[in-house]
Amino acid sequence: MTLPPALETLRKEIRGYAREYGLDFFEVFFEVLTHDQMNEVAAYGGFPTRYPHWRFGMEYEHLKKSYSYGLHKIYEMVINNDPCTAYLLESNSLVDQKIVMAHVYGHSDFFKNNVWFGKTNRKMLDEMANHATRIRRYMEKHGVEAVEDFVDVCLSIESLIDPHSQFITRDKTPDGTEKGDEEKQIVHRLRSKDYMMNFINPPDFLESQRQKLEGERAKARRVPEEPVRDVMKFLIDYAPLDAWQREVLSIIREEAYYFAPQGQTKIMNEGWASYWHSKIMTERALTDAEVIDYADHHSGTVASHPGRLNPYKLGLELFKDIEDRWNKGKFGKEYDECDDIREKRDWDLHLGLGRQKVFEVRKFHNDITFIDTFLTPEFCQDHKLFTFGYSKKTATWQITAREFRKIKNQLLFGLTNHGQPFIFVHDANYANRGELFLSHRHEGMDLKQDWARETLRNIQRIWSRPVHIRTVVEEKPKLLSFDGSEYTEKEAGEDLQVA
Amino acid sequence: MARIEQDHNRFKQIVRGRIKSNLRKYITRGELIGRKGRDLISIPLPQIDLPRFVFDPRQTGGVGQGEGDVGTVIGMGEAEGNGQAGDAPGQHVMEVDVSLEELAAILGEELQLPAIQNKGKKNIVTEKDRYTGIAMAGPESLRHFKRTYKEALKRQIASGTYSPMNPTVVPIRKDKRYRSWRVSRQPECNAAIIYMMDVSGSMGEEQKEIVRIESFWIDTWLRSQYQGIEVRYIVHDAEAREVDQETFYHTRESGGTVISSAYKLCDRMIAKYFPPDDWNIYLFHFSDGDNWSQGDTEECFTIMKERLVPRSNLFCYGQVESPYGTGQFLSDVKEAFPESEKVVVSQIESKEAIYGSIKEFLGKGR
Repeated sequence: MTLPPALETLRKEIRGYAREYGLDFFEVFFEVLTHDQMNEVAAYGGFPTRYPHWRFGMEYEHLKKSYSYGLHKIYEMVINNDPCTAYLLESNSLVDQKIVMAHVYGHSDFFKNNVWFGKTNRKMLDEMANHATRIRRYMEKHGVEAVEDFVDVCLSIESLIDPHSQFITRDKTPDGTEKGDEEKQIVHRLRSKDYMMNFINPPDFLESQRQKLEGERAKARRVPEEPVRDVMKFLIDYAPLDAWQREVLSIIREEAYYFAPQGQTKIMNEGWASYWHSKIMTERALTDAEVIDYADHHSGTVASHPGRLNPYKLGLELFKDIEDRWNKGKFGKEYDECDDIREKRDWDLHLGLGRQKVFEVRKFHNDITFIDTFLTPEFCQDHKLFTFGYSKKTATWQITAREFRKIKNQLLFGLTNHGQPFIFVHDANYANRGELFLSHRHEGMDLKQDWARETLRNIQRIWSRPVHIRTVVEEKPKLLSFDGSEYTEKEAGEDLQVA
Repeated sequence: MARIEQDHNRFKQIVRGRIKSNLRKYITRGELIGRKGRDLISIPLPQIDLPRFVFDPRQTGGVGQGEGDVGTVIGMGEAEGNGQAGDAPGQHVMEVDVSLEELAAILGEELQLPAIQNKGKKNIVTEKDRYTGIAMAGPESLRHFKRTYKEALKRQIASGTYSPMNPTVVPIRKDKRYRSWRVSRQPECNAAIIYMMDVSGSMGEEQKEIVRIESFWIDTWLRSQYQGIEVRYIVHDAEAREVDQETFYHTRESGGTVISSAYKLCDRMIAKYFPPDDWNIYLFHFSDGDNWSQGDTEECFTIMKERLVPRSNLFCYGQVESPYGTGQFLSDVKEAFPESEKVVVSQIESKEAIYGSIKEFLGKGR
């Protein structure tokens, strides 16, 4: 679809500026949508064709309602695809359209260059449409209810993937261990005279060696050998499923992997796009008459509400901070070791490395490393960041700290694994009865109990044998189990200690 | 567009299922009555979510931005303070708008209520004209101005006689468009509900609440079965009078109970406003069954037999249990009308019994 002439002219103009600044983006196709169409596309996560599922309908209902109450308005949406597809809201003013276009070119540059997107499928528009066709076909064959039910089950474990596995190989390749195994079966004794036997080959040592071997053999027999984080993959490989169910599970997993990097780089991605829309607009594209409207819109995007952190705002300010610091040389040993606050504030080596640095940052970092590397105590102070927590006593959310360390830790914690618990498949033959044993790596926070049970039930439906998860509830190790008809919960003993 | 509609409908179906499975709860608690709008009713449902392994939100905390010292409150906790919002703490509640028609359909399905058979007035048919279309010919008085000029404009542009400099559009005969109508025939069926309630001293708040909830659901169901419905209210103790809805539910009188007074008033009302030939009449009477005297009870039955029952589709008597025990009237009615199709009695001991009672009343499809 072609843009109306007025917008097409703007697009060319903005695209020119973006190129001029050195942005390197996928070509962007803009489409103009009415707000209703926008809500629809937004309900599908930006994709025009998704498999049928009620949750998209729920999302749509929600968007439609909050739009009609004037609670939100979607200005833009952009899809990581080559070429990028982006949507403009029909009712936007021309200034808004300009901002959105500049913003979108920022996103497109980020999608193309950030390494964490290195492995995402750039033909996802087509892929999603294929998924839709396949799932529709299964629905025709096996019934809507059955397929939809199973999709629900799969979505329930959608977050149990291993986003880093795309970049590294976790499976150890067996290197001809067949023979080695045979040899390791027995404990070798050193040759000696009989009367020296107990000294050359002390029985204690032999015994411990034997046990070690036993342990290794037991481990080799175990499935999986090492705890597996990609629970979805494990279930695809090992769970007793029908062919179509396996396919559905694979589809959901694939889409989860596609969306993962966007979750990993939310702050950066939005920050980067906001950085560029403000740069392009204020330095190039704005006319005098548009300044007020621009300022209004921009302040709306980066507004922060107390108690909430706006990723647009945080990312944008961090990028600006990085640019400033590298322009002035506020980094490195000498700067870090300086303890005169005034001197630090006025530090300026006139290096002018800022622009170069931000481009580098957008290439190599994700949110975690971004915050870890570039969040400074000065930044936290200037932007009045704080941590908050829930106080059981008063049943309110309260500010808990303003110290840099705590803020940074809290931020990083929220970003690690998308702020979700780490769950591993630990044993597929638990109690030697083919039961699935999962473990939750407890890092100080419990699972939401009612949801954990429901999720366990869903995993049980896939695995079909009883399923257990070892976790910690109120500082006591617990084993939650679901055997297909009822839940049990018991104290987890030492024998259940896992990695 | 069709895609999202599919998923949207699917979602609505799921919501409907949830309402259906919770219907008994909604009925007994009576919480829906206050949520009724003109056509829509807003129903609180626990949010439908796909469960996942997530952290307990109250243990996570986060990072925010702004003024305030350590200890400053930035938000109120959810749910735990007011335990009634959901069964589990932290459960979000969403409001779903459902049309009353839809709600009635759900009620009908869940209670397996049969559709109501009108009492033989299929021969009364009204014709209604509705202007729904556009025609090429018609009387000038029905000319569609805008359409006509649009056609004219189209023609002029196509033939090149339109000039933006001199934008005069002159319709010719061929351009003219007229509104056209369609006649729809509708079988006429009016229905009237007359609620009668005993407000004597023995009827407490609890009992009225039961009556209120029960009549709300009966109303909802009957309204879905008829186009226009008239509702009248009568209260009685030793005397009867007609009141508005507000008074019906809220008055508290005292004194004795003379049921026949209500039946007499009801009979006069039917005679005056609702000639039985044109109306489907539903009569509901709620009382604790403690009638003044056996003699009055006899009089009641005479009025019922001769006047009320023959003229109405259904005569329902619901007996609520008052703190002073349950009355005699119910068993008397049962005795007097052992075989009647039209007379239905039901004992409503508590709010839990409303569900069954509605089914008893409306289960005959009359």
